[in-house]
Amino acid sequence: MYSHNGDSYFVVDGHLHFWDASPANWVSGQEQYAKGWIECFHAYMGLGPEETHWPLEKFQKYSEDDFVKDVFEDGHVDVGIFQSTYLKEWYRDGFNTLEKNSELVEKYPDRLIANGRWDPREGDAGLRQLEDDAKRYNLQGVKLYTAEWYQGSRGWSLKDPESQRFLEKCQELGIKNIHVHKGPTIWPLDKDAFDVSDVDYVATNFPELNFIVEHVGLPRIEDFCFMATQEPNVYAGLAVVIGGLMHARPRFFAKVMGELLFWVGEDKMLWASDYAIWEPRWQVEGFVDWTSPEDVEFSDYPRLTTNGKKKILGLNAAKLYGIEVPEEFQLPDEAGEPAAREDAQLVDSA
Amino acid sequence: MNTRARVLEALSEVYDPELDEPITSLGFVTSCEVSPVGDVEIVLRLPTPQCAPNFAYLMAADARNVVRRLPDVGRIEVRLEDHYTGDEINAAVARGGGFTGAFPGETEDDHLDALRQLFQRKALVARQARLCEALLTKGATPAEVTACRVGDLPDNADTRRCLELRGQLGVGCELGSPAFVAPNGEPLAADELTLWLRKARLVRTSLDVNGSICRSLLQIRSRRGAKLEEAGR
Repeated sequence: MYSHNGDSYFVVDGHLHFWDASPANWVSGQEQYAKGWIECFHAYMGLGPEETHWPLEKFQKYSEDDFVKDVFEDGHVDVGIFQSTYLKEWYRDGFNTLEKNSELVEKYPDRLIANGRWDPREGDAGLRQLEDDAKRYNLQGVKLYTAEWYQGSRGWSLKDPESQRFLEKCQELGIKNIHVHKGPTIWPLDKDAFDVSDVDYVATNFPELNFIVEHVGLPRIEDFCFMATQEPNVYAGLAVVIGGLMHARPRFFAKVMGELLFWVGEDKMLWASDYAIWEPRWQVEGFVDWTSPEDVEFSDYPRLTTNGKKKILGLNAAKLYGIEVPEEFQLPDEAGEPAAREDAQLVDSA
Repeated sequence: MNTRARVLEALSEVYDPELDEPITSLGFVTSCEVSPVGDVEIVLRLPTPQCAPNFAYLMAADARNVVRRLPDVGRIEVRLEDHYTGDEINAAVARGGGFTGAFPGETEDDHLDALRQLFQRKALVARQARLCEALLTKGATPAEVTACRVGDLPDNADTRRCLELRGQLGVGCELGSPAFVAPNGEPLAADELTLWLRKARLVRTSLDVNGSICRSLLQIRSRRGAKLEEAGR
């Protein structure tokens, strides 16, 4: 939780990691990819304030103590949600798998949630695995990478018939939150991994599920926004937006926030630090302090109030994950319900 | 103008397809050397070693193509440095073998054309938004804006780029053609201008933001590279 100027914020970090990208975990023969991947992440860290930068060695593998201090003690985070990322072709034990993340969840059961994953190309075996994972880890959400390679296949789409079986299974197992990675990717080479039209399709067909588009489709935020206006159960995952822009490019940050507030709305935006790419502390404190510039370029964007910030920093995610929020952090009645599914206005793309 | 200056001028016509900005102003050209006999060596460096190979290929191949059109130019080498698929891309660009040639079995060139076109459409929308906003700021009404012809547009960089993109997309660019069009060439109507502009501004913001992230990452990369070099000395 974070208190500032008499206001208290309940903070849910919707997207964080506890990874091992140290050389000891690199797959032999794939070292250049394993090394390139983490160095690329490390460059992104450079977009945050200088005093929060880490040396590469620490960035490759940080300790549990680092995590607890950066996230819980200094970072104001009440509850963090792990988005498991496998990348087993490059990292022997995976980059940060559900198993690994769950070890930490066991130690901090009230503070951490680990999401699972599935891949429709794994067929019946994948469905069984999902069932097992759901039971074993009490899954409420999954993180999906549609651009991942698998046995010669160069990615998949949520529109694939097989995907429908997995989504039905999610519904049956009570896995309500489907986080979809729509953002920078490595493979495949030619597929448009940012294309959000498949989210559009399943969001309509599975109205009971929530679809959180991670990284808001950056670098194609416009496609995401046009889609999100039409789907009441589509949410914006802000990982990278705050970490990558608020400090490095404040005017662009204000524009992106303005656009998201206009098209998607404060009830549908979920903050996430993307730790360890960026530490949560400066993001939470900076965002609470943030106001949109006054000049005319920003004049027709909706204004973000303290209540709006409370929703984005935690209350929206708390609602989606059924996290109990103590009374002192709740919104006054007139501020509306967090994560509310308003009627989306119909807009065709430009 | 010497050959090197002409090569650099030619390279300023190569755009990052995703950002709609010349690779020269983005800082992607790290060196450009011309030998006494006219052999050209161009080195490109992108913001991260993991920048999308398809866009990286397009820029490297375009760079080679614009230089090839210059007179008095001998052998041309375009090299993408510090990129995780740099070797494959460099070899394919040198062979002129297309993107498929760089990654046999992994891609088809026609996808790349579609991708390039998608971004040409976005770029046209974004550039038009800038021109349109300038007119509205000067007091033009929506009806006056949509009545504008190509010949009425100011002679500036945005207009020139708009016309270039229209040419690439097969949209008419005669002086009497409508100035503001949908990417399929349909003129915009006055009553849809406000919503069109709202959407077009978002497209522009998206391109601008991506460009700004790329610039920042490239700066970080150069800074760290310099530090490493210093440490090694």
